[in-house]
Amino acid sequence: MIRLADIEKSFDGQKVLKRVSLAVREGSVTALIGPSGSGKSTLLRCVNLLEIPEAGELVIGEAAVRFTGRALDREAVRRIRRQTGMMFQNFQLFPHRTALGNVMESLVVVLKWPEDKARARALELLEKVGLAHKVDAWPAQLSGGQQQRVAIARALASSPSVLLCDEPTSALDPELSLEVVEVLAQLAREGTTMLIATHDLRLAARVAQDAMLLDAGEVVESGPAAQLFACPRHERTARFIATLGHPVIAV
Amino acid sequence: MPHWLQLMLDSLAPLLWAGLVFTVPLTLLSFAFGLSLGFLTALARLYGPRPLVAVARFYVWIIRGTPLLVQLFVIFYGLPSVGILLDAFPAALIGFTLNVGAYSSEIVRAVIASIPKGQWEASYSIGMSWWQALRRTVLPQAARTAVPPLSNTFISLVKDTSLAAAVTVPELFQAAQRIVATTYEPLIIYIEAALIYLALSSVLSVLQDRLERRLARSSGLSPEGA
Repeated sequence: MIRLADIEKSFDGQKVLKRVSLAVREGSVTALIGPSGSGKSTLLRCVNLLEIPEAGELVIGEAAVRFTGRALDREAVRRIRRQTGMMFQNFQLFPHRTALGNVMESLVVVLKWPEDKARARALELLEKVGLAHKVDAWPAQLSGGQQQRVAIARALASSPSVLLCDEPTSALDPELSLEVVEVLAQLAREGTTMLIATHDLRLAARVAQDAMLLDAGEVVESGPAAQLFACPRHERTARFIATLGHPVIAV
Repeated sequence: MPHWLQLMLDSLAPLLWAGLVFTVPLTLLSFAFGLSLGFLTALARLYGPRPLVAVARFYVWIIRGTPLLVQLFVIFYGLPSVGILLDAFPAALIGFTLNVGAYSSEIVRAVIASIPKGQWEASYSIGMSWWQALRRTVLPQAARTAVPPLSNTFISLVKDTSLAAAVTVPELFQAAQRIVATTYEPLIIYIEAALIYLALSSVLSVLQDRLERRLARSSGLSPEGA
């Protein structure tokens, strides 16, 4: 269970999140949608403390942090990050490590696993994302879709309790994004808890059970994804979904 | 055998000896210490608390803004008047180390700052600490970019060690001066000394090239970058 309560965040005095609350059930997938600048990426980054909110509370499983505007102690940050994995819009693979090296990194460096155990785990994950044949490739030799799948394996390596996806398909053309959507859908079926910030309705409709629309740092509407996409209660939600230009797919 | 060739052959041994015993160790030691100092200075400027940033900036400002020869004179001839008496070699070593430290700190600072913020975030997202992210993710990538400019510093240093002659270190150039004093053949002997410096820096250029290729191979990129 992941719970964010009354999260407040501002950049240079500009409020980007205004008392946002969100709960993600274990084993479920929530899509965060909204226009650029709505705060969905910032909210996602608050979950693994890449951004530190000024107020509110974050609970992931056993770990809880209350934000007071003061610096967090390192141990609290470590406990939260230990339970989260993240994928980024631009993949952010380590260019100086092979696909295998990228996935092994957290196991060897952070969890101090022995090399061979880490390798076995990394190979298993790369196979799962369909890249068993690319384990020794450098990121520069992989397509965008392949890089993002390596990033999924890297994020999952240390068995986090939630996978955070920041626009995971936005940098990919439709064909390449499909292979990433497939992998994420597979993970969802297996019960991986995910929080996905996205513009990609195809991804959201395919993978998420729940959805939340943010606009200007506030929650406009949240509920079951199928309902929110097919018959939104708020006019703002309907307008946003219409601009995405995709036919709305029922799940 | 022509006279000039005979002269060059006769003086080759003492020149090479001076190079081997003084120039090469002075270069290697001051580069190693200087690079470490440069690394710490760069970290202080990038991530240190404000007073430390000020100290680091002050240090770089002084060293870059004054002539190396004057710095060597201050250390070797000047410091004894405040009771700090150094032998010639350690005095030169300190001077060159401070110099390499200041110049290389600017290079290290620039290459660390050039690594995209996303690489730090990716490292944090898999649970790394600041130090782990620096050591495992940022520095290996920064090192690749740093090789050409640091090689410049290294090659300049080889040549700059000739200034140590002025503070009585019996290195290659001073050995040449001494031979000239007895043979009265400045043109031939100084050209010979120049050729030995040229050979030393050429070896470094070749090593730089190899290092660049190796680093490029270990990221699946071509040596010319991107």
